[in-house]
Amino acid sequence: MKHVSDYRDAELVKGLLQELHETMTKPWVVMEICGGQTHAFVRHGIDQLLPEQLTLVHGPGCPVCVTPLELIDKAIAIASRREVIFTSYGDMLRVPGTARDLFSVRAEGGDVRVVYSPLDAVQIARDNPDREVVFFAIGFETTAPANAMSVVQAKALGVDNFSLLVSQVRVPPAMHAILGSEGNRVQGFLAAGHVCSVMGYWEYPPIAEQYGVPMSVTGFEPLDLVQGLLDVVWMLEQGEIAVRNAYARAVTFEGNKPAQKLLADTYETCDRAWRGIGVIPESGWRLKPDYAAFDAEKRFDVGAIQSRESEICIAGEILQGKKVPTQCPAFGTTCTPEHPLGATMVSSEGACAAYYRYRRSPASLSRSGMTHENGRD
Amino acid sequence: MCLGIPGKVIETYEQDGLLMGKVDFGGAVRESCLVYTPDIQLGEYVIVHVGFAISKLSEKEAQETLEALRAVYILEDEIGPEEA
Amino acid sequence: MEGPVCPVPLQHEEKIVIGHGSGGRMTARLIANRFFPAFENDALAQGDDAAVVGMAGEGRLAVSTDAHVVTPLFFPGGDIGSLAVCGTVNDLAMVGAQPRWLTASFILEEGLPIAQLEAIVESMRTSALEAGVSIIAGDTKVTEHGKVDGMFISTAGVGWVPAGRDIRGSGAQPGDVVLLSGTLGDHGIAVLAARGEMDFEVELESDIAPLNTMVEGMLLASHSGVHVLRDPTRGGLATTLNEIAGQSGVTIRLNESAMPVRPAVNAACEMLGFDPLYVANEGKLTAIVAPGDVDSILAAMRSSPYGVDACVIGRVEEGHAQVIMDTAIGGTRIVDMLAGEMLPRIC
Repeated sequence: MKHVSDYRDAELVKGLLQELHETMTKPWVVMEICGGQTHAFVRHGIDQLLPEQLTLVHGPGCPVCVTPLELIDKAIAIASRREVIFTSYGDMLRVPGTARDLFSVRAEGGDVRVVYSPLDAVQIARDNPDREVVFFAIGFETTAPANAMSVVQAKALGVDNFSLLVSQVRVPPAMHAILGSEGNRVQGFLAAGHVCSVMGYWEYPPIAEQYGVPMSVTGFEPLDLVQGLLDVVWMLEQGEIAVRNAYARAVTFEGNKPAQKLLADTYETCDRAWRGIGVIPESGWRLKPDYAAFDAEKRFDVGAIQSRESEICIAGEILQGKKVPTQCPAFGTTCTPEHPLGATMVSSEGACAAYYRYRRSPASLSRSGMTHENGRD
Repeated sequence: MCLGIPGKVIETYEQDGLLMGKVDFGGAVRESCLVYTPDIQLGEYVIVHVGFAISKLSEKEAQETLEALRAVYILEDEIGPEEA
Repeated sequence: MEGPVCPVPLQHEEKIVIGHGSGGRMTARLIANRFFPAFENDALAQGDDAAVVGMAGEGRLAVSTDAHVVTPLFFPGGDIGSLAVCGTVNDLAMVGAQPRWLTASFILEEGLPIAQLEAIVESMRTSALEAGVSIIAGDTKVTEHGKVDGMFISTAGVGWVPAGRDIRGSGAQPGDVVLLSGTLGDHGIAVLAARGEMDFEVELESDIAPLNTMVEGMLLASHSGVHVLRDPTRGGLATTLNEIAGQSGVTIRLNESAMPVRPAVNAACEMLGFDPLYVANEGKLTAIVAPGDVDSILAAMRSSPYGVDACVIGRVEEGHAQVIMDTAIGGTRIVDMLAGEMLPRIC
């Protein structure tokens, strides 16, 4: 398709890669913070074609991976109720809670349904007035306008048997948490293209300034990804601190105003726990008081939830870019997509799953730039 | 958070008070909510994520970026690589 | 008398009812009126508990079995009937067998419109005719409403493998070339669209087709050069090639740029976050062949209506059992088996 294949033009990508190789004179560590970009890098094999000295690390850009364990367990408890039709994006069904996942709830007779759009969940509520329909509203800013519209519509249409289980997270606070953490080695950032389609990128220059980290708003096709890296590396080499937009066809500085307005009307910021990382202040959104009646956590009393993570899983360190999956002793052995220990192995764009799917053999792992040790710069 | 793909708006209509449209992703057509791209015209492209258009795709920007890249990188054996 | 008889017995000719599965008159009438005329052959007409057939010549028997539970029952390009017949025919063809006889067991849902049953049976008749097979034994059961989705069909297939043919999953050798008979993912996406859950429209038909005639053409072109044949159904081409790599103990290297995919399938996959390599096909095969015979085998494939888009997609190398792919931009990645159900993703 026209606006996709152009950005997979092999000749152009190779030309840009060559430029990247020639531009780098020192080692640099660059982080991308979008699960979709992690997936794309590995799926197209771009990570293997990068300069040896460029260390690409993956941030906590997978909303599936960072949804707190307690919330997964709550989702499972709610979904297990007879009166509930639990609706969710497909990614969430296999994420392990303490004891099981939403898939197994379905296998045991629970009514768990995958929806493509949050509006489908509202329709299910309209079609089933005698049931309670809960929608698992996960995501970053990209997904927030869609999630929020579901509850706005439900309220407007008087669909009272609908509620949201909210797990919205925001990128800028996560960037602060990573860049401000002790031992941070990230020197450049690829800003997530579709998050910026919604929010614009006006939030990033202050962050770039504060930490001295240049950034490029980056898309998702091979050409976009290499272009973003080239931008950041060039700025690093020049000592320039700025935020560039390498995804101008879909991102403006201001972002999507109608979407931002609806978000401001529906959500308010709150602290949020990120699975594997901990609480990041102001890093989430919750429903405003006007919509409290549609908050599934308030509507359903699911009792005391005792959540317990696997002791072996190092997803937190991976999400912070401090380790790569191949450094985990359980990777590929006790932890695989078929029996995952943590969320990063389950979600198809979690770093561990991406590595497992695309990089597993030792030969290809050593060829890829992703086995570089920590702290080597 | 990220799976947004470009599609062409081929029809618009209102449903339950929301601006909706049929979007063609290059052979697969799906209904998408256009409330966040209220000024979109038929024939224009949008980026769609979970059934919602989150941004218009600027063909002008797309064209300019590609042309600029091609000018630099396709001719590199004749001119030599330039700084981005 | 056979139990309670209603003074004005209704003929129950519009919908399947439990009585149709009772084994009595209603069952007999259903079989005589709906199945026998369509599957007309001597063995079936005998009406015995088992069909007895004769075989002559040197060679071996091939036997396969399959169950078909697709919903919806009807979709663009086919239905559960054509799927059942072609799927079974193809299983046999993939070991180099000439398919001869099929069995078909039907589990019908109470309430199924008989017109639908008729349409499906007719579809099976035409598929069987094209493939040159006879349906010689069968069974019919009826379950209560809600226990099956309209209809399930279970089949077995018997074929004849001429002497000298030995096509098996463990037959791939380093140096071999990997061929694909046509576009990927047509069936899976067509059925997904027909189910309506993801609410999208495509101009696309399932690719259900009997491949035995094309296979005969390939084996005629090179009877010892075809090392492996397999049809990539559930799990897609990726799963199939992983199975073969495992059975043969080789590395299969694919070329991403060579993969034939219709734009509509690509678009639907992009939209849902699917990879065409994992989407089901029902009228395609992959062949692993000796390098010297590639041209003649490809020519044979392309002369079949089901192989017009046949192409080379990769090669076999020494190495441990895995499938890898050279990406269009010059990288490589592993192509794993499908792990669990393919779900649409947001990231």
